[in-house]
Amino acid sequence: MTEVIRDRTAIVGIGQTRFGDKGLPDTELSLACQAISAAIDDAGLSPSEVDGLAMFNMEAGREVEVARNVGLGDITFFCEVGYGGGAGCGTVGHAALAVASGQCEVAVAWRARKRANKAARMWAQTSARLGDFTQWSRPSGLLRPVDEVAMLMRRYMHEYGATRDQLANVALAFRKHANRNPQATMYERKLSREDYMQARWISEPLCLFDNCLETDGALALVITSAERARDLARPPVFIHSYAQGLPIQHQMMSNFFCEDPLRSPSFPCGKRLWANSDLRPQDVSCAQIYDAFSPLIPLSLEGYGFCDRGEGAAFTEDGALEWPDGKLPMNTSGGGLSEAYVHGFNLVLEGVRQLRGTSTSQVKDASSCLVTSGEAVPTSALLLRN
Amino acid sequence: MEKSFLLPDLSDVDAQGFWEGCAKGELRVQRCAACGEVRFPPRPMCPACRSIESDWQAVCGRGRIWSFVVAHPPLLPAYAEFAPYPVVTVELEEDPALRMVGNLLDSAQGDINEIDPESIQIGEAVRVVFTPVDDVHLPRWVRD
Repeated sequence: MTEVIRDRTAIVGIGQTRFGDKGLPDTELSLACQAISAAIDDAGLSPSEVDGLAMFNMEAGREVEVARNVGLGDITFFCEVGYGGGAGCGTVGHAALAVASGQCEVAVAWRARKRANKAARMWAQTSARLGDFTQWSRPSGLLRPVDEVAMLMRRYMHEYGATRDQLANVALAFRKHANRNPQATMYERKLSREDYMQARWISEPLCLFDNCLETDGALALVITSAERARDLARPPVFIHSYAQGLPIQHQMMSNFFCEDPLRSPSFPCGKRLWANSDLRPQDVSCAQIYDAFSPLIPLSLEGYGFCDRGEGAAFTEDGALEWPDGKLPMNTSGGGLSEAYVHGFNLVLEGVRQLRGTSTSQVKDASSCLVTSGEAVPTSALLLRN
Repeated sequence: MEKSFLLPDLSDVDAQGFWEGCAKGELRVQRCAACGEVRFPPRPMCPACRSIESDWQAVCGRGRIWSFVVAHPPLLPAYAEFAPYPVVTVELEEDPALRMVGNLLDSAQGDINEIDPESIQIGEAVRVVFTPVDDVHLPRWVRD
């Protein structure tokens, strides 16, 4: 059954808007349409050829509006994927499944987001009375996603001896990559270890630089069959493997209510991803790992099998994540911490650029890339190859 | 002062028994009426045997700090007033996999920032107290 996905489809077009850390005037629908339009152009296709749509269920612009604006033809496949930042690779994977199984021929997946405005942040929009799972944490002032991740990270540090220095390794590596990427929000802003250590706290043990940027912007990509991809303008980037992950007894992000809270969604996702692949973790040329918060990197390194339980933080030492000489160059466009945070969708496009050979921190002879979505929430991941 | 804290919606049918217990000074977890498995947070079906019959079991109210954070701004206004303040996750004595999130105080009437975060240790023994806020009694924790 794994042959349904394995290298049967390819990403053939990418497009994005500019990123606005101070806000953009465009609506989310407009940003989505601009990115999709650019991706269709990049692929050398016509909007009328698009017949499949896959998007985040949090998307403000609906499928009907996107199709009416961009001038798409008759759509025969459309779907939405849930769980916030966990959805990104899922939308691409669903699109690939739809193309591979004949439900459509050319699909687009995208994310448009406006969060630069502080009032737009989800945690600030809560109602006064909580009837869902948030009633078990928010009354105590555990209000924000960063607080929930900080709770997990403090425990992780206690169990495994991880340090803030190791979290700084993550933030500094991605900043170095952003300093090479003119599209990155932090392109011109350097970050030193001293800056990191002196930064203000947000939720101890996490400081400002353990948190992603909040950004306005949109990104999109076009997926079609491997056969058709070979005739198109850009070198095809094949979707080699795809998986989702929702671990046993998981709960959104405040995942303290199960046997093993540090066994994150990347564990079941990674197990399926590699099982459906010809590759092993040590084979990939680089990785784009979801980084809304720096602690998600050690959790994902363990879940995707780059090291054993408890070794993820230590894995970051000796410049392991840094281009060009690290053993696993990671988030080579700057990631959510330093390029832009568009729910991790910019990571998928950077994976495509690495395999086209067009990254601003290009890994030499890159032949495969792991891309992941929202760690600590139900998630998804892709293995791409060229 | 605490009226603008976030509070549970007491009409949530799955959680009602928990909050009723808090109002009576009793910390409760849900127990499957068919197989006896305890669970928290409450939910309609037992994941061990799939029974939808359940009742409430009082626990002793003692536990240990499993982890904690210290929240700094930006925060909702009602909470920002107390920042920085610690929030703890407690594992219950009856089963360390049963965990609850709460505040660590000197006494049930204390403010959420009255404990020096530097003094908090993972593994510290704590016991539950109940603080009335509006029409809710919030379970909170003091050192045991």
